[in-house]
Amino acid sequence: MQEFLQQLANGIAWGSIYALIALGYTMVYGTLRLINFAHGDVYMVGAFAAYFLARALGIGTVTEASPLIAAVVLLGSMAICALLGVLIELFAYRPVRRSSRLTALITAIGVSLFLENFGIRVFGADPKFFPQVIAPRTITLPGGVLVTNHQITVVVVAFVLMVALTLFIKRTRTGKAMRAVAFHRDAASLMGIPVDRIITITFAIGSALAAAAGFLVGLTNPKIEPLMGIMPGIKAFVAAVLGGIGSVPGAMIGGLLMGISEYLVVGYISSTYRDAIAFVILIAVLLIRPAGLLGKNVAEKV
Amino acid sequence: MIRYNKILTTVVFTFAAFLALQSCAKREAEIKVGEYGSLTGSTATFGISSKNGIELFVDNLNVSGGIGGKKIHVLVEDDQSRPEEAATAVNKLIAQDGVVAVLGEVASSRSLAAAPICQNAGVPMISPSSTNPKVTEIGDHIFRVCYIDPFQGMVIAKFARNTLHFSKGAVFRDNKNDYSVGLANYFSEAYKGMGGSIVGDESYSEGDQDFKAQLTNLKGKKPEFIFVPGYYTEVGLIARQARELGLNVPMLGGDGWVSDRLLEIAQDALNGSYFVNHYYENDPNPIVQSFVQSYRKRYNATPDGLAALAYDAAGVLTNAMQQLLEKDSKAFEALSGPPNLEQKTARTKLTALIAATKDFPGVTGRISLDEHRNAVKPAVFLGIENRAYKFVATVEP
Repeated sequence: MQEFLQQLANGIAWGSIYALIALGYTMVYGTLRLINFAHGDVYMVGAFAAYFLARALGIGTVTEASPLIAAVVLLGSMAICALLGVLIELFAYRPVRRSSRLTALITAIGVSLFLENFGIRVFGADPKFFPQVIAPRTITLPGGVLVTNHQITVVVVAFVLMVALTLFIKRTRTGKAMRAVAFHRDAASLMGIPVDRIITITFAIGSALAAAAGFLVGLTNPKIEPLMGIMPGIKAFVAAVLGGIGSVPGAMIGGLLMGISEYLVVGYISSTYRDAIAFVILIAVLLIRPAGLLGKNVAEKV
Repeated sequence: MIRYNKILTTVVFTFAAFLALQSCAKREAEIKVGEYGSLTGSTATFGISSKNGIELFVDNLNVSGGIGGKKIHVLVEDDQSRPEEAATAVNKLIAQDGVVAVLGEVASSRSLAAAPICQNAGVPMISPSSTNPKVTEIGDHIFRVCYIDPFQGMVIAKFARNTLHFSKGAVFRDNKNDYSVGLANYFSEAYKGMGGSIVGDESYSEGDQDFKAQLTNLKGKKPEFIFVPGYYTEVGLIARQARELGLNVPMLGGDGWVSDRLLEIAQDALNGSYFVNHYYENDPNPIVQSFVQSYRKRYNATPDGLAALAYDAAGVLTNAMQQLLEKDSKAFEALSGPPNLEQKTARTKLTALIAATKDFPGVTGRISLDEHRNAVKPAVFLGIENRAYKFVATVEP
């Protein structure tokens, strides 16, 4: 039982990271009907941005930084990736927005490959070790479950960001505009909503969340490399589909479920199936409930 | 007009002939040797250490006149720590650059990918530090200057059972890595044969970031130690995550741990653990000390076991070349000549001389190659305490 709880706790921490990445997929899909395959690589850039920021602020691998500096690193990398997201949208997706969806999809794959190889060229192919922005400490939870303060940070930061995002979408004017664009882009445009600006904001927020995930993963699993975004990117995409793509709470639930199921598969079956479970889930969702857990079944207008 | 053309043609031809002669002369003055290794990627220190070791040996040799007046020219290719790139790199070295011998790799998976190419081309390949037995089984052109995993696994099992007196062990292996799987199996077999029991056997894949699920399982089995036959990047992360889960037993490892980055990644998590190396830098043997000093002077770093083995691999190869010069100077000339039949015969002769290596005085001990083209050498046990290595024991074969 204790073992099971331990796996569960680790799975939740790991799943929070997927959830943060999945939010970016789901937001972009909601507004543009585009699967942004470069999103996993934005997460990678986020991890590297945090790495270089932390180093620039003088955090070595040993010395611990104050919570203030940790927050600066987190927000800084989020800002850098928000800018990156805006640039990607501006130079890669906007020119093909009126073309077929397939064109946009292939452009997304191109951006993804570009970011990966850019990472190899600029950051180097060898893994880097993330500085200890927060010193690790082990905490015993009831039931003998051991977690680190890093894992707790991950869950708390992810949770706070998700709540903030939900409030933003539900309560602010911009959020309302985002929902309107997602609902019907042309109609929203006729109502005077600046669609281009809203889409830019969507990309900025989604990419900032991916950067937060990159920072958090650097904290718990301090090895970062330019190709680290591929697998988490795919898994977060599956998480978004599982939760119902286009649905914000769905992405959170999907991410957590992905993390937990990955841990249970490795813990109770075999580590060989670690990556396979994501695709088993994807196939199962597509067969049983294509709209995902919280997705609405919308008939396509022809 | 005609006369002008004639003059021009003569000038051009003379110039071309001059260039051709010069490049010929230059080509004949050196023997081309290929090296492939992981200069980048997840095991970058393996490739960099090996490159430094080879460079140090060859440059010293060239400064003192080379072999029979000919310099050794080492062409280095990076395989990015990936087996498929290793095959590409060796193909290029042989087909495009025309090397007469190949040095590399450290990781057995990469050596296994490249060895068939060398074997088919009839180019001798010396792996400095691939320990999986399958590597030299590829064919009679493939050699190594280190011990092999059945020996390494047995030595570690003996150490765990007889020196540390542990009776319950666990294994955590890298499933995608020939070296790790092989070493895990040899270890388990030997350890069980000595009356120990393996209470848990889990696996991961190279490149994984998170190992807590498997470590949680292992913790539940209550082993007295964990044997992790992986490479340093993962080993460092595994050790940290194990400690975070409260799994505080010592870890044991093989020569895949050898890297100056191991402790940088693991920090304090590996204190109290042990691993096997190929040599020890504070060995009082004068050969070792002169190597360590010249390496430090040049690279401003302490040579690890892989640098020492690469140094020795270059030594064994050039020693065979020296013998070829003494025994058959015509064949030796052909090594630096054009890639024709004559050179092919010369390579065969060189291969035979490498195979006959006996008592070569290397940094990592006396090297003699057995009939399976493997070196039989002692293993060196190192312990880790307060983020520093300490010598524990040398185990003779």
